Amino acid sequence: MAKRTPLYEKHLQANGKMVDFGGWDMPVNYGSQIQEHQAVRQHAGMFDVSHMTIVDVRGVDATAYLQKLLANDVAKLKETGKALYTGMLNTNGGVIDDLIVYRMDGWYRTVVNCATREKDLEWMSAQSKGFDVSLTERPELAMVAVQGPRAIELVKQVKPEAAGLISGLNVFQGLPKSDWFYARTGYTGEDGLEIMVPETEVADFWQALLDAGVAPAGLGARDTLRLEAGMNLYGNDMDENISPLQAGMGWTIAWEPAERNFNGRAALEEEKASRSANIDAAMKQAGLVLEGRGVMRSHQKVIVDGLPEGANEGEVTSGTFSPTLEKSIAIARVPVSATDTCMVEMRGKLVPARIIKLPFVRNGEKQF
Amino acid sequence: MSNIPADLKYVASHEWIRIDEDGLVTIGITDFAQSQLGDVVFVELPEADTEVEAEQDIAVVESVKAASDIYAPLAGTIVAVNEDLVDAPEKVNEDPYGDAWFFKMKLADGSQLDTLLDADAYAKLCE
Repeated sequence: MAKRTPLYEKHLQANGKMVDFGGWDMPVNYGSQIQEHQAVRQHAGMFDVSHMTIVDVRGVDATAYLQKLLANDVAKLKETGKALYTGMLNTNGGVIDDLIVYRMDGWYRTVVNCATREKDLEWMSAQSKGFDVSLTERPELAMVAVQGPRAIELVKQVKPEAAGLISGLNVFQGLPKSDWFYARTGYTGEDGLEIMVPETEVADFWQALLDAGVAPAGLGARDTLRLEAGMNLYGNDMDENISPLQAGMGWTIAWEPAERNFNGRAALEEEKASRSANIDAAMKQAGLVLEGRGVMRSHQKVIVDGLPEGANEGEVTSGTFSPTLEKSIAIARVPVSATDTCMVEMRGKLVPARIIKLPFVRNGEKQF
Repeated sequence: MSNIPADLKYVASHEWIRIDEDGLVTIGITDFAQSQLGDVVFVELPEADTEVEAEQDIAVVESVKAASDIYAPLAGTIVAVNEDLVDAPEKVNEDPYGDAWFFKMKLADGSQLDTLLDADAYAKLCE
C-alpha cells in the first residue's frame, strides 16, 4: 500500500484526487489544477510536501563531507540558515539528485527528492566513509509549502509567534522556531515559505491556513508552476546520465577553490574542455514557447531552425500548458548555438516554437 | 463517483452516445474521462461532412496532463461539430454531457447501436 502523509485525511476532506507519486498517495488536484495554479500566482496556495526526505548532517567533518558530496560549495553559506541549491553528482558527473542544503548552527539540513530517497541515502552513507559525520533522516517532520504573493503575510497571521522570525528571513534562508522550521524557499517562482512541522501538529496548521484563505494545491499545479519558473524536475530534466552542464545547472557548480575535489569534478572538467573544443556538438537547456496549438510533452523531438542537419536536434525534457501564458511551454535540451525558433514533432506533426532563455514567469510576470 | 446517465450509450474508449429525436447521434466524452484527463486546454474536432469508420480516431482532447484521441463509436458521416469547444475547451470539464458535445453523426447502420454499452456495463468498466 502507498504511504500516506499526516495530511492524507485533509486531502480527502478537500476532495483531493489521490494518485501514486513515488510510493506516496498524494493529491494531484482538488478539482482544477489551473485554478490552483492561479491561486498561487495571484494570492496564496499550499502544497503538502511531507513526502520529501529531510536528512540532517552533523559531526566535526560535516562541512568537509558536504564539500566532497555536493557540486556546489557549502562554504558559500556564511550565515546560519542560509540555503544552497546543488546537484549531488556521481563520479561520471551525472546527477544522482538535486537538493537544498541549509547551514544550521554547527550542522546542516538537506532536503532531497522522495522518488530517489533510497539511492540518495545509500550514496550519502557510502560517501561518508572516512568522515566523522552522522546522517539522520527526519520522517517525523511534515512539510508544507505556502507560496504566492500573500503567502508570507498569511502564514504570519496564522502563526503570530513566528511572525518576527519570518519577517527577518532573507530569500533562500531558513531558521528554526522551537521544533518548527521556516524557510523562505519554494518551487513556484513566487515568494513564500517551506515550513517543516512536527507531524502531530501539521493537520491543525493546514486547517488554520485553509481558514485564512490559503488554497490547497496539488502535484499538477506544482508541476505547471515550477515549469513556468524554469525549475528542473529530477528524472525529467536531468538524471544520472545527464550532466549538470546540459541541464541548466552550470551555475550550481562551484569550480573555485580549484583544490576542492567534489564528486564528478574530474568528469565535468573533461566535459567542459570537450564542449569548448567541439561547440557544435554541445547541448544546453532552453525554454520553448509553442506558437501553434497543442501541448508539448517530454521526449518529443526538437528540430532547430538554421542549424545544419545532424547538429540541429534536441529533445523536450518537460512540457506542459502554461496557465499564465495560456499556451504550451517546455524545458528542452538543444544545441548550444540554438536561438530564435525551432519545430517540435508532436503527434506526427511539426509545430513551430520560439526558443527563449528560462524562466517563463517570475513573481507573476512574464520574463521573455 | 462519476456521473453516468442511464439514457446514454457508451463505448470502452470513454465516449458517450445520445440518440437524438431526428435519428442522428451526438457524441462526447464521459464525466469519468474528463476527470481522468484533468483541465482540458485544447480540442481538435473532425471536419463536417466526412465519412468515418467505427473506432477511427477523428478528434483529440488535450489536457494539461495528457493528449487523448477521440474515436468514432460507429461508422457513419459527421454532420455537425461543436465549434464552441475550440475557444472554450474548459466546457469539457464543466458540462461533459451537455454543452461539451463534440460532434453529431448520421450512422451507416442504426441497428449497430445495440452493440454499444449501456450505463451499467460502462459503470463496471470504470470501477
